Amino acid sequence: MLNISGLKEGIVLDHIQAGKSLDIYYHLGLDKLECQVAIIKNAKSSKMGRKDIIKIEGALDNLDLKVLGYIDHNITVNIIKDDKIVEKKTLKLPKKITNVIHCKNPRCITSIEQELPHVFFLSDEATETYRCMYCEEKYGK
Amino acid sequence: MRHLLNPLDFSVEEIEKLLDLAADIEHDLPGYAHVCDGKKIATLFYEPSTRTRLSFEAAMLNLGGSVLGFSSAASSSAAKGESVSDTIRMISCYADICAMRHPKEGAPLVASLHSSIPVINAGDGGHQHPTQTLTDLMTIRSLLGRLDNMTVGLCGDLKFGRTVHSLINALVRYPGVKFVLISPPELRVPEYIREDVLKAGNVEFAEVGNLDDAMPDLDILYMTRVQRERFFNEEDYIRLKDCYILDKAKMKLAKEHMFVLHPLPRVNEISVEVDSDPRAAYFRQVQYGVYVRMALIMTLLEVEKPC
Repeated sequence: MLNISGLKEGIVLDHIQAGKSLDIYYHLGLDKLECQVAIIKNAKSSKMGRKDIIKIEGALDNLDLKVLGYIDHNITVNIIKDDKIVEKKTLKLPKKITNVIHCKNPRCITSIEQELPHVFFLSDEATETYRCMYCEEKYGK
Repeated sequence: MRHLLNPLDFSVEEIEKLLDLAADIEHDLPGYAHVCDGKKIATLFYEPSTRTRLSFEAAMLNLGGSVLGFSSAASSSAAKGESVSDTIRMISCYADICAMRHPKEGAPLVASLHSSIPVINAGDGGHQHPTQTLTDLMTIRSLLGRLDNMTVGLCGDLKFGRTVHSLINALVRYPGVKFVLISPPELRVPEYIREDVLKAGNVEFAEVGNLDDAMPDLDILYMTRVQRERFFNEEDYIRLKDCYILDKAKMKLAKEHMFVLHPLPRVNEISVEVDSDPRAAYFRQVQYGVYVRMALIMTLLEVEKPC
């Protein structure tokens, strides 16, 4: 059994689909933070079989959790203070995401102007469809 | 300040107002000859389009304004690698309004985000061409006297033809409009038009392959060209390019008051023998295009006809 110590203050991202934790690590920019981050892969889960968990130490006001909603809105976000869970955040599909996914349409203006941000809007919540702000091309997950 | 990037940027009521203004311009052209005195339009055409560019320029000249711009990317600073956002910041210092044609989809939107003058999308790749849609709406309203309760046949390349997609999007907002979509299987409308626009909006439509069978039911026949530049395979283009040719014999099957529209240029899809038929409205459509662009320029510049 692998033991990772508890958090005094920070965020625990639980119920991450097994194998997705590194995607989230980079999308959230955790590689650029100086605080301690623990990635637990393939943890046993009664609900999911296997899951990934990320524990992030410290007050993380600047962390953009919207991207998590896009990657997997079933992830549980636990806010820890004084060794206790003080808040559980539920995630929703974000209405707008910037520089998380990239437009693949070769006719899109982003294909020739590299400095443009890649902005996508949620066009259909039921099918989780996002469309490029510029060319309206659908992005398939 | 407003821009026109997508035909749906204007509500049904705003389009009604714009078409009323265009109709007034049609009947009193001299009354509008000086409403834009001292104003300039920049026509920023990153790819050639004689018809649309000249239509914008004629519209501004008719209003008493003047024009500047370029007609290909090679003769613009884009050839030196300048971005759309930098170009529009520069143009904003020279002109009061601009019309942009660009081969890349979304370029006019990028321009609008950095512009201090109104931006009109004059066509961006296969994406949108809103002033063609306004032209089509004005033509239909002028000829039939309404934009509701009619059967519209769209024929030819319904897959790549952006004018077709924009026109369907614009017309589904009016009650009682039915569509007959006439195309070979390879050039049917894209799935998002069929599912997200027509079926989702409970709009009555039929997809057929035979133009003759459809003719008697139509109030408007919108012909399109099969565009060589949209095909990766020359063989497919040659096989499909002449799949529909409207001629005198086919016109005999149509109603007496049906009208034929075409965004032009045509190649073979409308025989020249049809040109003399009073129901052939595609050259009148070009004239309506100037009036509607005049109305659009006035609307975006917020200028009015003197009392």
